[in-house]
Amino acid sequence: MAKMNIIQAITDGLRVALRDDPRVIVLGEDVGVNGGVFRATEGLQAEFGSDRVVDTPLAEAGIIGASVGMAVNGMRPVPELQFFGFIYPAVEQIVAHVARVRMRSQGRFTCPMVIRAPYGGGIRAPELHGDSPEAMFVHQPGIKVVCPSNPYDAKGLLLAAIDSPDPVLFLEPMRIYRAFRDEVPEERYTVEIGKANVVKEGTDISLYAWGTMLRVSLEAAKMAKEQHGWDVEVVDLRTLSPLDRETIIGSVQKTGRAVVVHEAPKTAGLGAEIVALINDEALLSLEAPVGRVGGYDAPQPLFSLEDIYAPDAKRILHGIEKVMNF
Amino acid sequence: MNHTDQQERAEGTMLTGEQMIEMYKWMVTVRHFDRRAVNLQRSGRIGTYAALEGQEAAQVGCGYALEKQDWLFPTYREHGVSMVHGVPMTTVFLYWNGRPEGCMAPEGVNVFPISVPIATQLPHAVGAAWASKLKGENSIAVGFVGDGGTSEGDFHEAMNFAGVMKLPVIIFCQNNGYAISVPLSKQTATETLAEKAAAYGVEGIRVDGQDAVAVHDAVKYAADKARRGEGPTFIEAVTYRYGSHTTADDHTRYRDVNEAEMWRTERDPIDRLKARILELGIWSEEQDQALWEEADKVVQKSIEEMQAMPPVDHNRIFDYSYAELPWHLKEQREEMRSLYGNGGAK
Ligand SMILES: Cc1ncc(C[n+]2csc(CCOP(=O)(O)OP(=O)(O)O)c2C)c(N)n1
Repeated sequence: MAKMNIIQAITDGLRVALRDDPRVIVLGEDVGVNGGVFRATEGLQAEFGSDRVVDTPLAEAGIIGASVGMAVNGMRPVPELQFFGFIYPAVEQIVAHVARVRMRSQGRFTCPMVIRAPYGGGIRAPELHGDSPEAMFVHQPGIKVVCPSNPYDAKGLLLAAIDSPDPVLFLEPMRIYRAFRDEVPEERYTVEIGKANVVKEGTDISLYAWGTMLRVSLEAAKMAKEQHGWDVEVVDLRTLSPLDRETIIGSVQKTGRAVVVHEAPKTAGLGAEIVALINDEALLSLEAPVGRVGGYDAPQPLFSLEDIYAPDAKRILHGIEKVMNF
Repeated sequence: MNHTDQQERAEGTMLTGEQMIEMYKWMVTVRHFDRRAVNLQRSGRIGTYAALEGQEAAQVGCGYALEKQDWLFPTYREHGVSMVHGVPMTTVFLYWNGRPEGCMAPEGVNVFPISVPIATQLPHAVGAAWASKLKGENSIAVGFVGDGGTSEGDFHEAMNFAGVMKLPVIIFCQNNGYAISVPLSKQTATETLAEKAAAYGVEGIRVDGQDAVAVHDAVKYAADKARRGEGPTFIEAVTYRYGSHTTADDHTRYRDVNEAEMWRTERDPIDRLKARILELGIWSEEQDQALWEEADKVVQKSIEEMQAMPPVDHNRIFDYSYAELPWHLKEQREEMRSLYGNGGAK
């Protein structure tokens, strides 16, 4: 098995998809000759040609809108948005069309595509390069949302997403694109959409996180053990829509306490939905209100403030303490 | 040096010799600023930076043709024109240092904060021009965009509004040939960008963006026209960025290095204006050397100002999110303070 970081695992996943499925087409700004600004599509145009790995004009609504037409007409577009914060010009296309084609046409047409987008802050990039508006798309019926936190899941979820008969928003944690390497099989495999992963078992409290925040949460779990002796269970959601109810509820039923962590602003973030789910399904297991640790309810600031803005292990630990000491 | 020449308009332009010298000084300062900024990024003292070297004539020529009261809606590459229009150099440095203070033009300087999402600022320019018109004011607005930006829907919507409402606005496009790695030939099937203007009933002008005088004259023409109430203009300034898209980019991956070299050696805007003022006999090599030395001092002073800033005030995350902070933000600010402190002073 090869050791790959997240970006390499994504490139490898795209290569497998392009190789195995002639319907797959990768398109976006700078994805061809340049191999993408993060090099996620490095070498793919040279290997598969400029009809299958396409540098498009600079127009997100055009990229996603054209992908709708392609998908409806039998292709499997995998459009890249250069940064998640540049999805906004395409929101109309996603909300009004990508997510609704199946429903609107009552199954006559479908819109399978995978929209890839690097998300989140922490790389000292300019404004709007660090947004985390995943909840906007979890709120949108008709589209699935996945967000891997490691190389293995990145490739497996990407291939599952490309196979999916439904449109999938595939969020890439850019801050940890190259942070570490894991064993990643070179052949095709998939990680099932809709399945969370308990990455660290524990008995005292459940931490739910995804993408970039997963490793930060693991760090906080370690601090909780060292400083308080608490055994924290850490759950990597992996799929944000649809949520893995069984794993989420199973964990909190065991521990009786929970904290949700995300980089996005706290208010109406995905954490709120998870709290509601726990209320619905596991209220009587709870020994304390479920905590939320999120970005502040202010726009992602310029980078001199981004370390204060996004949750770090200290802030997550503070959230754990509030719930444990309730 | 021939002083009378400075007072007269040089041949074939609206500018006097003295004005040309002033523009030239700006261009040298802007280039020096730009080179220092790239070096500061390399040594980790500022963040990712979008260099403009090669585009000085387009920016300074444009800025120099505007009036103090005019509105600018820049992208991330408009350091040159922003400084000419009154944004302090230190403010520009602070922006690239990730500091929120870098988004604040001084009172009375109508430069909107940099819009990072491509072309989104163009409808704003249109709206600002519309307001000027409604208020009967003498100011116009200039929206900036790159060649790549002309592919975004917002560009077309802005152009159309400008035409329909006949607004005192200039959409100023620096066509530097590339949108990151994507060449103009993949961006549009039209021969020029200027010709797009016709579709909106807007006058389109294509100008040599390496010729500061020509850029100035084109913008001055468009600005005068706008002030007379005769409507919008789209200007395509044909230019080139010598370096990478930003310091995070590597232009050798997608561009022939000889192409950049050709622009640098044969079409350099600073060489060109220098040749012109030398030829007019109103500039000398000694003055030129002194100018570069002066530019170095100006930029150095500004860098020192940036570096002397106290650490960023953490409260800035919250304090401008609303006119009055709602309860939940007050609570979050308290929590932030208890975890991380206030940071530096305001
Ligand atoms: C809506 C949006 N999409 C993508 C980007 C990422 N991006 C930043 S600059 C750029 C290229 C812009 O090219 P152009 O308009 O020609 O201007 P230039 O940078 O050459 O000055 C891209 C794609 C962005 N900032 N905003």
